[in-house]
Amino acid sequence: MHQAALLGGMVRDAPHYGWALQPVPHNWTTMAEAVQNHVKSLNWGHRVQLQDRKVMYFNIKASFVDAHTICGVSKGGKETLLSAEHIVIATGGRPRYPTHIEGALEYGITSDDLFWLKESPGKTLVVGASYVALECAGFLTGLGLDTTVMIRSIPLRGFDQQMSSLVTEYMASQGTRFLRGCTPSRVRRLPDGQLQVTWEDLSSGKEDMGTFNTVLWAIGRIPETRSLNLEKAGVHTSPTSQKILVDAQETTSVPHIYAIGDVAEGRPELTPTAIMAGKLLAQRLCGQSSDVMDYDNVPTTVFTPLEYGCVGLSEEEAVARHGEEHVEVYHAYYKPLEFTVAERDASQCYIKMVCLQKPPQLVLGLHFLGPNAGEVTQGFALGIKCGASYAQVMRTVGIHPTCAEEVTKLRISKRSGLDPTVTGC
Amino acid sequence: MRVRDDRSAQGRGGSGSPRAQVHGTAGSQGRTCAAAAGGVTGEPTPIASRETHCHLVAGLRNARWDPPQWTSPKQQNGPTRGSATLLGYTAKAGSDTAALAQPPPPPPPRAPTSPGSVKVGAVPNRRLGSVRGVPVSSPPGRRARLSYPGTGRSSSEAREELRRRLMGLIEGNRVMIFSKSYCPHSARIKDLFSSLGVECNILELDQVDDGANVQEVLSEITNQRTVPNIFVNKVHMGGCDRTFQAHQSGLLQKLLQEDSAYEYDLIVIGGGSGGLACAQEAAILGKKVMVLDFVVPTPQGTSWGLGGTCVNVGCVPKKLMHQAALLGQALKDSRKFGWEYSHQVKHNWETMIEAIQNHIGSLNWGYRLSLREKAVTYVNSYGEFVEHHKIKATNRKGQETYYTAGKFVLATGQRPRYLGIPGDKEYCITSDDLFSLPYCPGKTLVVGASYVALECGGFLAGIGLDVTIMVRSVLLRGFDQEMAEKVASYMEQHGVKFLRKFVPVMVQQLEKGSPGKLKVVAKSTEGPETIEEIYNTVLLAIGRASCTRRIGLEKIGVKVNEKSGKIPVNDAEQTNVPYVYAVGDILEGKLELTPIAIQAGKLLARRLFAGSLEKCDYVNVPTTVFAPLEYGCCGLSEEKAIEVHKKENLEVYHTFFWPLEWTVAGRDNNTCYAKIICNKFDNDRVIGFHVLGPNAGEITQGFAAAMKCGLTKQQLDDTIGIHPTCGEVFTTLEITKSSGLDITQKGC
Repeated sequence: MHQAALLGGMVRDAPHYGWALQPVPHNWTTMAEAVQNHVKSLNWGHRVQLQDRKVMYFNIKASFVDAHTICGVSKGGKETLLSAEHIVIATGGRPRYPTHIEGALEYGITSDDLFWLKESPGKTLVVGASYVALECAGFLTGLGLDTTVMIRSIPLRGFDQQMSSLVTEYMASQGTRFLRGCTPSRVRRLPDGQLQVTWEDLSSGKEDMGTFNTVLWAIGRIPETRSLNLEKAGVHTSPTSQKILVDAQETTSVPHIYAIGDVAEGRPELTPTAIMAGKLLAQRLCGQSSDVMDYDNVPTTVFTPLEYGCVGLSEEEAVARHGEEHVEVYHAYYKPLEFTVAERDASQCYIKMVCLQKPPQLVLGLHFLGPNAGEVTQGFALGIKCGASYAQVMRTVGIHPTCAEEVTKLRISKRSGLDPTVTGC
Repeated sequence: MRVRDDRSAQGRGGSGSPRAQVHGTAGSQGRTCAAAAGGVTGEPTPIASRETHCHLVAGLRNARWDPPQWTSPKQQNGPTRGSATLLGYTAKAGSDTAALAQPPPPPPPRAPTSPGSVKVGAVPNRRLGSVRGVPVSSPPGRRARLSYPGTGRSSSEAREELRRRLMGLIEGNRVMIFSKSYCPHSARIKDLFSSLGVECNILELDQVDDGANVQEVLSEITNQRTVPNIFVNKVHMGGCDRTFQAHQSGLLQKLLQEDSAYEYDLIVIGGGSGGLACAQEAAILGKKVMVLDFVVPTPQGTSWGLGGTCVNVGCVPKKLMHQAALLGQALKDSRKFGWEYSHQVKHNWETMIEAIQNHIGSLNWGYRLSLREKAVTYVNSYGEFVEHHKIKATNRKGQETYYTAGKFVLATGQRPRYLGIPGDKEYCITSDDLFSLPYCPGKTLVVGASYVALECGGFLAGIGLDVTIMVRSVLLRGFDQEMAEKVASYMEQHGVKFLRKFVPVMVQQLEKGSPGKLKVVAKSTEGPETIEEIYNTVLLAIGRASCTRRIGLEKIGVKVNEKSGKIPVNDAEQTNVPYVYAVGDILEGKLELTPIAIQAGKLLARRLFAGSLEKCDYVNVPTTVFAPLEYGCCGLSEEKAIEVHKKENLEVYHTFFWPLEWTVAGRDNNTCYAKIICNKFDNDRVIGFHVLGPNAGEITQGFAAAMKCGLTKQQLDDTIGIHPTCGEVFTTLEITKSSGLDITQKGC
C-alpha cells in the first residue's frame, strides 16, 4: 500500500517528465484486491513449503497442558493433544485496543483490518505514534484520503528523535494532519454512519471533537501469550509487557521451551530478526551450530512517505553511552536528482552518521531519510557490521547519481556548526 | 604545529586528517627560502634558511624523535662529494674553494650527538654563493640524522612521522636530493646542479641511521626505489636520467625559476567533474587557480555550459531520462495499484527536455557561482600548451591570451567517437546531442554496446519509442558478461530490438525534418550479408575518445598513449612531465566515472598544495548501469575473478529475486538477480558484487562501503535484512553456482 502511495507520487511527477496525464483518482478496491491476492498467494506458498519440507501443519489454537503437551482446538471445537520434546513459541503480537475509551472496540479498527478493507476507509483518524501509525497515515494520505494522526507524546519512540521529527514534518508537508499532545476520550457513531471522536488536548485540558469515516488504533501491539496457558508449562512472562522472558539462546524459564519473534521480551519486533532467530535456533537444536542471534546493529526502515532507514545507535543513545564529547555526528541535507525536475520539496531529505570522535572514528549509527531508504541502508548495515570507520566510508567512491552516494560525502560535522546543505554535484 | 593542524583541518572541511598539515606551511617556508636563495648573495644567515631549519627541529621534537644533529661546519666532514653526509649540503663544484672559505671540518662524527647539541642559530652561511650560475664557494650546511626513536612508539606512527619529515624536506627545499655517497649517478646529479650553480640539499641515505626506512618511504611517495631521487621546487623529477632529460628539454631550468615566474599556481584545463573538484580544492587551500573550459560544438552544432560531461551530457540528464522512463513503467503499474485513468498516456519529448535543460542550466550557473566564491578564475576558452608552463587560451571569437602556471592539471575528458563511414557526422547524433535534442527522435537506431548505448536505448524505449540497438560483438565489455546478457535480455523482453553482429557501413538522408528519415545500411560481421532499414534517428554510442590530441601536449613532451589517446600517469596522477598532472576519463588504465574524477581531483589538490599523502584508491569502485533494469556492481566480474584467482578458489552465490512491488504489479518473476563472488582462500571474502534490479545504484553503494571494510560471506549471513527490500536478498544467499541448484523464487 506504501508502494501504491509512492506510485501516486510518481503519477503526479510524471507530467514534469513529459507524460501527458491529468490528476487521477485512486480506487481502493482495485488496490486492496491486488494486495490481498498477493498475500493469499504467500499464505498458500508457506503451506506448500511446509508440506514440501514435511512439516505437519495444524490450523488449531494451541495452549499448554503441561511442559511437553499442547492442546489444540480447531474452528469446529475439536480438540487435539500433541506432545513434543522441544516447543517453540512464536505467536507474535496483535494490535492493542485502548481499554478505557468508549466506543473504541465497537467502532475502531486496527492494522489487522485495514489491509483487508474492501472499501476505502475514507476520512481517517489514526491514533498512535508508532511506526505502524505513521506508515498507515502516510500511505492513506498518499492515496488521497483525508488523514489525521493523533499523538499523545512523541513520534517513533526509540528512534532517533531528530529523524522522527523530520519524518513527521515531511508527512505534514504532504497533507497529513497532526494532532499533538492529544488523547481520544470517546468514539460515537452518528446517525449518518460517521464516527464522532472526542479528544482532550493535554496541554490546555480542553476537549475537542471531529468526525471521521474510520478510526484506526495504532497504539502498540500486545503479545499473544494470554491464551497459551503458559503457567501450566511454567513459562515466565514479563509482568509489564506480558512478553515471554528469554535468554540469549532464546530459551524461556523452561529449558526445552523457546520463544522467538515479537512474543519474546526485549527483541526488536522485526520480521528478518525473527526469521534469523528461528533459523539459528533450529540449527542449535539440531546440533548443527552453536551460533546465537546477534541483536546488535539490526538495520530497519520505516516506510513512511519519505522513507527512514537506520542502523546502529540513535544520536541520543550514542551520546548516552559514550558522552557527548566523544561522539561526532556528520550530516547533510541533500536533494535527490529526481526531485529537481519533478519540483518536489527536499527539505527533509537528510542523512546523519553518528561516529566516535576518536580516530579512526568508528561508525556507531547511520540514519537516512529519503527515497529508497531501505535499499540504501542495507549495504551500509553490512559496513557497520564490518566495523566501518568514518574514514573508510569517506574513501568509498560514490555511485553517481544516487542518493546513497551522499552517505560517502558527509563532510560536515554537527559540531562545526557549518551549513550541512549539499549544493552542487 | 598545532596551529597549522587546525588551519589545514579547516581547509579540509573539518575532517582533520593528520596528513593535511605541516607541509602546506612548510611549502610556503620553502618558497621564501628558495626566493632568498635566488636573490641573496653572500647573506651570512638568511632568515629563510633558519626558518626551514627551525621547522625541521620543531617537527622532530614534536614527534619525540631524536633531534636532528645539526653540526657546525667544524664538525663537518670535508666537502668532498663522496663523503658528504649532509643534509643541506650545498652542491658546488668548487668544494675546494669552500674549503678555503671555511675552516676544514673534521671527519663526520658517527655517533649521534645528544639533543643538547642542537644549534639552530649556529647554522653557517649555507646560502653563500647561491646565485644561479655563479659558482661561489660554499660550505656544507648542516646534517641530520633521521632515525626511528627507541621503544614505545608503533612503527606505523614512526613511519607516518618519517613521511612527514621527508615531505617537509621536499617542500622546504628548492632542490632536494636523496642520494648515496658512493653512487656514481648521484655524483653526476650533484655535478649537474653545481654546474648550474644551484644550491641543493642532500640527504645521503647510506650515512644516516635509518636510510633504509627513508628509501622505503620515498618509494611510497614517489614510486621510485632508487637513488638519486630528485625534487625541484617540490616537483618530483625522478632519477638521474629523468633529471638530465629535463635539463636538456629546458624543463629543469623552468622549474628552478618557478616561484615568481608564473601568474597562477595551478591551471586546470577542463571544467568537468575532476577539473572543477581539483581547482576548487586548490583554491580552498589558498592557491591562485585558473580553470579553462571550452566546449567544441558537435558536428550537429550542440554545445553546453560549465560542468563537463556528467552534468551536461552524461550522468545527470541520462538519469533524469531514465527516471522519465521509470515513471512510464510506474504509470502502467499504478493501475494495478488502483490509480484510475482510462486514456493512453502519451509522452511529450519537448516537455521533458525543457525540464531537464532547466535543471542543467541551474547546475551550470551553480558551478560558475561556486568558482567565483572560491576566487577561481574561470575562462571560457580553449587551452593549448605552447611551451613549458605556458598555455594559449583561445575564446569563441578567436582571441588569444597566454597564461602561465607552476602546475597544470589536464582534465579535458572525452567526447563520443564517430564511425568513420559515409554520412556519420552529417546525419548521426551522439549522446552529446541527444539530451538537448529539440524534437523527439522517433524511431531510433542506437549503434554500440557500451553502457551509454544500453542506457540511451533503454530510456528511449521506455518513453515509448521504437528502438533498435546494433551491437558489433560483446555487450558491456569489461562488465560481468552474465549480468550484461541479463540486462539486454530484460530490454529485449520490454520491446528493445537487438541486431547482433552487425556494423553500419553507410547512413543516407532520405528526408530532412525534425526528425528526418535516414537509411542505414549495415553489414554482418560474420558474412557478406547486408541489411537496410529506415530510422528517424541514428545515435552513435560506440565509445569515447580522449581530448588529448589538440592541446599542445607534444610541445611540452607529455606522453600520450598513441592508440588510446589516454595519458599514462603514476599512482599520484602525475604525467611524465613532473609539473603536469591529469585526472578523470583521460587517464590510462583508470575508471571513467565522475565520482572517481572528483575524488582524484580533490586528493591531487591536497597532495599538491597541502602536503597530503592520500592517493586516490581505484580499487573496489562501485558503479551502476542505469538500463531499464538497473545493474549495480562493485569489485570483480566473474570472468575477471576467475582470471585472477582461478575458478577452483572461488565460490559464487546467486539467486533470482522478485521485488515485492513487482508482485502486485504483475511484473516478471525470476528476472532480478543477485550474485556475489567470494574468495574461498581468503575467508570467503567478497571480491565481486552484482545486482540486477530496481534501485540497483542505491543498493550497491552501501555494499561497496562494506567491501572497503573487507566484507566476508559470513558477515553477510550474520547481517539482518531490511524487510521488505531488494537489498536484503544478499543477507540470505545460500545457493552456490557450483551446486547447480535451482534459484528460481517462490515464497517470501
